[in-house]
This record gives sequence, structure tokens and C-alpha cells, in this order.
Amino acid sequence: MNDFWIILTAILVAIPCSILGCFLVLRKMVMVGDAISHAVLPGIVIAYLVTKSFDSFYMVAGAAIIGILTTFLIEFFHRKAQVQQDASIGITFTWMFSLGVILISVWTRGTDLDQDCVLHGEIINVPFNLWITTAGNNMGPINIWFLGIINTLIIGFIVIFYRQLYITTFDASFATALGISASLWNYLLMGSVSFVTVSSFESVGAILVIAFIVAPAATAQLLTDNLQRMIFIAIGVGVFSAIIGYYLAYQINADVASSITAVMGIVFMLTLFFAPQYGILQRSK
Amino acid sequence: MEHFIDFFSLSTPLIRNVVLGSILLSLSSSLVGCFAFLRKRALVGDAISHAVLPGICLAFMFKGEKDPVTLLIGAFITGWVSLLAVDFIKSRTRIKEDTAIGLVLSVFFGVGTLLLSVIQHHPGYYDQAGLNHFIFGNAISISKTDLQVFGSVAIAIIAVIFIFYKEFVLLAFDEVFLSSMGFPVKTLRLIMSILTVMAVVLGIQAVGVVLMAAMLITPAATARFWTYNLKHMLVSAMLIGAFASIMGAFISYLTPSPTGPWIVMVLSLVATASFFLAPKKGIISRGLRHWRFKRKIVEENILKTLYQINEQNNTLNFSFTKEEILGRRKMNALDLEEGLNRLTSQGYLIIENDGFKFTNQGKRKGQRILKLHRLWEVYLTKYMNIAPDHVHDDADSIEHIITPELEKKLEEELNYPRTDPHLSTIPYKFNSSNQVTNE
Repeated sequence: MNDFWIILTAILVAIPCSILGCFLVLRKMVMVGDAISHAVLPGIVIAYLVTKSFDSFYMVAGAAIIGILTTFLIEFFHRKAQVQQDASIGITFTWMFSLGVILISVWTRGTDLDQDCVLHGEIINVPFNLWITTAGNNMGPINIWFLGIINTLIIGFIVIFYRQLYITTFDASFATALGISASLWNYLLMGSVSFVTVSSFESVGAILVIAFIVAPAATAQLLTDNLQRMIFIAIGVGVFSAIIGYYLAYQINADVASSITAVMGIVFMLTLFFAPQYGILQRSK
Repeated sequence: MEHFIDFFSLSTPLIRNVVLGSILLSLSSSLVGCFAFLRKRALVGDAISHAVLPGICLAFMFKGEKDPVTLLIGAFITGWVSLLAVDFIKSRTRIKEDTAIGLVLSVFFGVGTLLLSVIQHHPGYYDQAGLNHFIFGNAISISKTDLQVFGSVAIAIIAVIFIFYKEFVLLAFDEVFLSSMGFPVKTLRLIMSILTVMAVVLGIQAVGVVLMAAMLITPAATARFWTYNLKHMLVSAMLIGAFASIMGAFISYLTPSPTGPWIVMVLSLVATASFFLAPKKGIISRGLRHWRFKRKIVEENILKTLYQINEQNNTLNFSFTKEEILGRRKMNALDLEEGLNRLTSQGYLIIENDGFKFTNQGKRKGQRILKLHRLWEVYLTKYMNIAPDHVHDDADSIEHIITPELEKKLEEELNYPRTDPHLSTIPYKFNSSNQVTNE
């Protein structure tokens, strides 16, 4: 049963990450996503110190704000201080991340939040943190419920506002002409990225989550030209890697999240060479 | 205070190692980082630094102990492979650079943490305790052998950059020119990337793989704010890097926490302070310049408008109220009020009968602005073939930035035209009597 919960957790992390990843890849904003996933760390630590739990909605709300703040800070350094874009991303995320690590090393001695958790999460602990109702019923791992809600929110967001996201992704100036604010949707998307990063923190950590975001989307980009198909392929790659990765980790006695990441890398590499239209072997023919 | 003296007097060999080590590491990475920054490849450094982790783990598994040379070689190999992977994916597929970087850094890092977890669960590797120092850095653990190995590599990096300085500068600014001069661009690019990987591999000893990007990017970006001269930029980046490393090592000596985050924290604070405070390029200094310029425009517009109303009445001696000025030209009422106050206190205007009247000084200035405005309108219609009813807005903005030299040239080029395209007279001669001249 524990196996099932762990695999389900991994799948529930992979799905929203893959969906958002498609938009980040197409908008050439992967590194901003990377920055956000690092930058939410101080927010997580502070919320954890206050609530002593990973599954609180304070944490998610706080992190969404920090994610938007990071996006804003990158823009601010870039626009106002005229720092070139790549440097402003690099400066912002390292700063935030260092703040997070300092907070962890100074204040969280003897708690569940340690440096390993930051690196690759503790997905194997998920099944042991159960939601027991006041009547005493066992409702299953609390993290599953939490991720389920996040999945519903993200999928709902994408389905309802697909048109706006689609237009602002491919033709920002046309979107502006239609009266759709490109920067509003940019901030909403980045807010969702931080949302997902935080909700995945306990299971995959702050760094590996970027693999969950970018690898399935990049794989899908090599397989199709259609955004809807790209999203479904990315989800497929994410779910497939989550299942295979779990069994790999089980076989070699390794960390689960890391091994899922490795499988995603392998899937990408195979696609890179063998993809029917955009693969390297096909292209060099 | 006692700790402060202990640390900075370098009394014990341990502290000497730490201070020397962090200085050398940060010097090499700041220097290399400047070139990565100028070539807009700063985030590639981030990919390399994450990719170093699997190399370290593999080298450790291969050797079974933490031998610095083996670890360095292992780190170098996977760091190098990641660099090739980013370039390969970027150039051979439809995938863009940012995706390639994000993909390579996270997958390599994932493989690294995978290997690390295998090592930790494996009973055979009893010497693995310090391996995770490479993730967040720990300058405090630099030993004497480490110092010898890392130190000599760092010095080698700095020396190579010194030798190939001229070529690397061209590589950063003008690759095409470099290749047209007959230099082997590919080889130079290769040397540069080898140096980058080396600097990253060394730097992680102090700050760790996750935060290494800051050691490359932040000193360079900060130094760029203080100078326009490349040599000065390199030296200041190295100084900033060294300062932050020493401070970071010192703080982590005082508190039991890893060195890396503190170094990055100091670096980031120095950077943010510079973004605001640096002369010329800083946000405050640029904001101030912008504000002063806006005030100048308001003042000049007021003088010009006053001149125009006077002109209509064929005299320069009337005084006009705020409302009359606003009737002629729309502007923000508050701006107008403050502008009028400033012009009065500077002696361009005097108050008479509840209105504002020119002094001689003000007359001269108003006349000049109006002249420039009309001259520019003539210039645009004559040389750019723009219709007379389209030239006003352009002239309205250019009149504030034309220098006296340009003014003279414009007059000569157009040969002192009598009127502008709207047939208004262009006022050349300063007239201290109060009649508007029409010659």
C-alpha cells in the first residue's frame, strides 16, 4: 500500500509540473521558473517555523506571493537597474536560496526540515503522515489530499483560461491588441509555478522540481507542434517516469525523486535521438 | 570581538587555510565570471555547477575515499559534459537555450543526488561524511592538501587569463573581428570554457553547487555598475568576490552554519546596494538625473510659452497670470506652479500685478528655446520632407537637448531662415527694448 501512495504522490507532482512546464518552455522562461523554485525556499522555511507543517495553506499562499515577488524582483533588476536578464535571474535566485539555507541551518535544528529535504524531498515519508478525522477515520496520507487540491486548481486554471494563456504565449502583442494583458497572465503563470513548487517541496525538494517541470515539456516539444498534444504528451512522460523511477529507486536502494529525475533524463535523451520529426537521427538523414 | 581578532589575525593554521583558500577560489571564479557575464553565458555556469555533483559522487565511488585530485577530475568531467550537452541540445534541435540549461542542470543534479543516496545507503563507503559539503559549501573544512591543490589550480586560471587577456576581451566583445584577425576562435572558446569549468569546480568547495552561479554572476554584475572600464571591472569584481568570501567564512566560523549561503548573502547585499547607490549607473543617480531633466523641460516650456503670448501682443513687457499661460499651453498645474516659483527665485521672472513678467535674462532664454523650436521645424520640413503640420511634437522634445554647438550649426546649415513653416518669425536678435522685432 505504501508503494501505491508514493507512486500516486509522484504522479500528482508530475502532472501539474508537466502542464506548466509546456508554457514555460514555449515562453522561454524556464530559467525564471528555476529561479522561482529556488526562491520559494525562505518562504517555506518561515511558514514551516510558524506552523510546523508542510501541508498548510499558509505555506502555499505565502509561497505564491514570494514567487510573484521573485518574478517582480527579476524584472526590477532587469528594467530599473538595467542588469542583463540572465544575470538578474542568477542574482535573484541565489540570494533567495541562500537566505533559505541560512534560516534552515540556524533555526530548524532537530525538525523534519533539513538540507536533504531541500535537495530531493522525502517522498518516502508521505504515506506515514496520515489524515485522521476527529471521528477517527483514516482518510489516507494528508499530502495526497493536498496535492489533489493543487492539481484541481492548476488543471482548472489551465482549462478555463487556456485561450488567454495560449495567445499571450505565442503572440504577446496580438494579445495586447485584443485587450489581454500579457504581464497579468505572466504573473498569474509564475504564481502558479510557485504554487506547484511549494506543494511539491515535501516530496521532491526545491531543486529537482525543475526537472519535473522542464524535462517532460522539452520531450513533448520534440514530438509535436500542437500545444494541446504537447501538454498531454508531457503529462504522459511525467507519469511514466514517476512509475518507472519508483521501481528503479526500489531496485538500487536510492532516493525516489532523484531516480524519477534520472528516468526523465533518459526518456528525453531517447527522444532527442529517435523522435520521428525533430530527432537528431531523423534530421541528419 | 575576541573571535574577530582570532579570525583576522590568522593565528591558527586552520583559519589561515580557510582565508587563503576562500580568497583564491573567489578570485578565480569572479574573474572567469566577468567573461561569462560579458558573453551573456552566465546561466551556463549554473548548469555546470549543478552538473559537477554526479562527477564528484562517481569519483568518490571509483576511489572509495575523498581524494581532492580524484574528486576534481570527476567534477571536471561531468561539468564539461554538461557544457557540451547544453550546446549540443541548443544547436542541434528546436529546443531553446533556457530550456536546455534548465534541463541539463536539473537532470544532472538529479543523477547526482541519486548517486549520493546510493552512497549513503551503501555500507562500504564509510568515508562519505563530507561529501554533502559540496552541495552547500564549507570553506571551514579546507585542509592543507586541499589548499595546495585548489590554490595552484586557481593561480593557474588567473595566469592563463592574464596571458590571453587581449584575445579573451575580443572573444567577449567581437568574435567576428577576432576571427578576421586570424586568431583561432574555436581554440580560444575551448580554453575559456575549460577555465569556466575549472573555476566552478574550485568554487563549489566554498559555496557549493547550488549557489555557485552567484560566485560567477554577482561580482561581475556588481562591478559593471561601478565602472565602464573593463580592467577596472575585472579588478573590482575580484575584490568584491574576495571580500564576500572572507566575510562569509568569518560568519560561518562564528555560527555553526555552512559558508556558501553567507558568502552569497554578503555578495547579494553588496550587489543590491550597488544597484541603488552606484554613481552614474545606479538607480538613484539615474532617477535624480531624470528628475532634474524633467524640471528643466518644465522651466523651458514655461519661458517659451510666456514668450509666445508676449509675441502675440507685440511686446515683451506684459505680465501674465498662471491661467493665461495654461490657456496657451496645457501642462500639469502643480508642475507649472513649482516651475514658476523656481524661475522667479532664479531671476528669470518677476511678479507684477499678480502675473509673471520676463526679466532680461528670462527673455533671452525664452527667445532661445522658441528659436530652436522653430529652427528644428524648418530643418524637418526642408531636409526630412515632413509635412509642416507634423513637425511640432518632434521639435517640442528636441528643443531641450540641442547644445549651443548644434544650435550654431543648425543656423548656418539653414542659413538663418526668417520664418518657420507656419510663417512665425524666428527670433534671432536679443532685444532688450520691449518691442518684438520683425526683421
